[in-house]
Amino acid sequence: MMLRRRQVLTAAGVLAAPALARAQEAPGVTATEIRIGSTNSLSGPLSSYSVISRCTAAMFRRANDEGGIAGRKITFIVYDDGFQPPKTLEQARRLIEQDRVAFLFNTLGTATNSALQRYVNQRKVPHLFLATGADKWADPQNYPWTIGWQPSYRVEAQIYAKHILEQKPEAKIALLYQNDDFGKDFIHGLKDVLGPRHDAQVRGASYEATDPTIDSQVVSLQQSGAEVLVMATAPKFAAMAIRKVHDIGWRPLSFVANIASSAGAVMNTAGAEKGIGVVTSDFRKDHTDPAWADDPGMNEWRAFMRQYVPDGDLADNNYTLAYGFGRTMLQTLMQCGNDFSRENVMRQATNLAPFEVPTLLPGIKVSTTPQIYRPVRQMQLQRWDGRSWIRFGRVIEGANV
Amino acid sequence: MSATKGLPADAAIGGLAAPAATPAWQRVLLVLLGLGAAIAPLFVLESFQLFQLTMAVIMALAVLGLNIVTGYNGQISLGHGAFFAVGAYCTAILMSHWDWSFWATLPVSAVVCTALGWGVGFPALRLGGLYLALTTFSLAVAVPQILKHKAIEDWTGGVQGLFLVKPDAPAGIPLTADQWMYVVTVIVAGVCFFLVWNLIRSRIGRALMATRDHPTAAEAMGMDIADLKTKAFAVSALITGIAGSLSAVAIEFVAPDSFTFGVSITLFVGMVVGGVASILGSLFGGLFVLFVPNIAEAISKAAPGVIYGVILIAFLFLLPDGFAGLLRRIAARLRGRG
Repeated sequence: MMLRRRQVLTAAGVLAAPALARAQEAPGVTATEIRIGSTNSLSGPLSSYSVISRCTAAMFRRANDEGGIAGRKITFIVYDDGFQPPKTLEQARRLIEQDRVAFLFNTLGTATNSALQRYVNQRKVPHLFLATGADKWADPQNYPWTIGWQPSYRVEAQIYAKHILEQKPEAKIALLYQNDDFGKDFIHGLKDVLGPRHDAQVRGASYEATDPTIDSQVVSLQQSGAEVLVMATAPKFAAMAIRKVHDIGWRPLSFVANIASSAGAVMNTAGAEKGIGVVTSDFRKDHTDPAWADDPGMNEWRAFMRQYVPDGDLADNNYTLAYGFGRTMLQTLMQCGNDFSRENVMRQATNLAPFEVPTLLPGIKVSTTPQIYRPVRQMQLQRWDGRSWIRFGRVIEGANV
Repeated sequence: MSATKGLPADAAIGGLAAPAATPAWQRVLLVLLGLGAAIAPLFVLESFQLFQLTMAVIMALAVLGLNIVTGYNGQISLGHGAFFAVGAYCTAILMSHWDWSFWATLPVSAVVCTALGWGVGFPALRLGGLYLALTTFSLAVAVPQILKHKAIEDWTGGVQGLFLVKPDAPAGIPLTADQWMYVVTVIVAGVCFFLVWNLIRSRIGRALMATRDHPTAAEAMGMDIADLKTKAFAVSALITGIAGSLSAVAIEFVAPDSFTFGVSITLFVGMVVGGVASILGSLFGGLFVLFVPNIAEAISKAAPGVIYGVILIAFLFLLPDGFAGLLRRIAARLRGRG
């Protein structure tokens, strides 16, 4: 009888054990620590992006100072890949197999992340909130363990297309695009929104990044009779196009890609007066914009920067971007409760109820669902007034495709 | 240049004299030790470390290719990253578009890289020293952009690159994919190292070195310098191209960003640190370029490049003729004592 009761107790203990042990034994997680890994370009030509992981590392330090997550301190390991994809894979394997991190967060770059996408998905390791603007990370069917973060070029183009449909639904659209992934993401974005009307409504002209000029493309687009011009161009070509459009007396409703909207490098180069009326979009608050001088969100970020990254350049908008990455990661971890298994971390990362990030424009919300792997998919339009960009209208969300 | 010319001359004499002086049992022992050192990691290392070692062996093979043309033949090439890329893309294209097996892609990649090396070797006849270095360098700069060109984008995958899958171990061999990749790499690299070792110790090898050390004298002795130089380039491109093929399957991904001109410089560094005109030195060079950047990063995350530079300078200061030179000096001392 005694023996039997003991057997029953043992059996019960065995049955209960996995539930208790799971949180303890998840890879990279102990009772006192959560290990997170990342790669960034600490050396090499793109090392200016290394401020992103400096900022997120400082955010984890702050979270640890405030007591950590569910009583655990975060250990954040960042390795240098010099922006070479083979090195990224090597470092990711070092993080996962040798340092035994729980998951990867905010690895930098498009080609570099491509090199490890299959590896992490085979191993079922969460690959969260990547620091890249490509659209391909939103592919839950094929790569359920990989999720991006910022609005992709494709989302940006969808937002322009939505605005065009509101303002000039019947207008012919001219698209000037760079013949690479960036330009093609814009084609896809317009198609997503215009659907079957796309082929009849859009006239495209492409250029190579090595072309000396794009004058002939601009002239041929004008002759197509378009009333709307979308410029999916690098900064240098945006400045040329804006000037040429003005000089030939064409006055379309013009859009320029966010990456080519720098006031100094593009608008003033084109001629500040020539660009009046050009529209672009953004999702971040700009530290130098007087509208955010007393903004509580930006002040929270400034206080954080003063305390944790005292030598950081506030005008570098990679810090406001990184603040968004870090905020989203911490939100995911807080949602995990006491279960930091890889399955649960991924489940929480793809079930984020809409929340605002202090450094993003008001009204822009970060959210995910198991079907929508695009945490930030809203932007607000802004128009050039000859001196600076003036935001207008409401926040627009990309199409769900 | 003067170092390249001066050092390997006496190195070659040492190398030629050594086999005669080494008794047979010592050579057998060395071969067995080498085999043991190659096989042991399979049982000792975890899969990540095995992957790193695989990459180091691949880099060593690429450095060996460079050593043939620069070390043994004295033609400076800063463009071997281009051959590495072409080899990788040959394998990647055949495996991902036509589902070829990895082994079947090796001959294709070898032929393509040989042809390319041959083509580059021709202008090399007219260009000497620094001019050749610049020409080959421009090749390394051009290749990543050519790979993105829209005319061949359907094949190369453009900026996105191509994905492929590591070969699994054949049925009946109880090895993981990482272990099998290591075995494949060691076999391919081993065969290449052996063939190059034979080549260098043959009549052609001596002719290559004679062309490097004193072209006029070599020509006076009846050597066809133009022929030798182009062939050296072709063989060198072949070896580096095969290393590229191996790297494509080991990484399972190729993209233009993987083959920037930095790869060529890395190979050059590996060759100089390992030992110019040394076969064993190439192996050390491969280990160096893979592991030392990690060591540099462990010392300082803020400026890994600076630490790497300091380590590199320290190495060149302490071992001016590379690892191979150190080994030679040790061997000479041992022999002197015996």
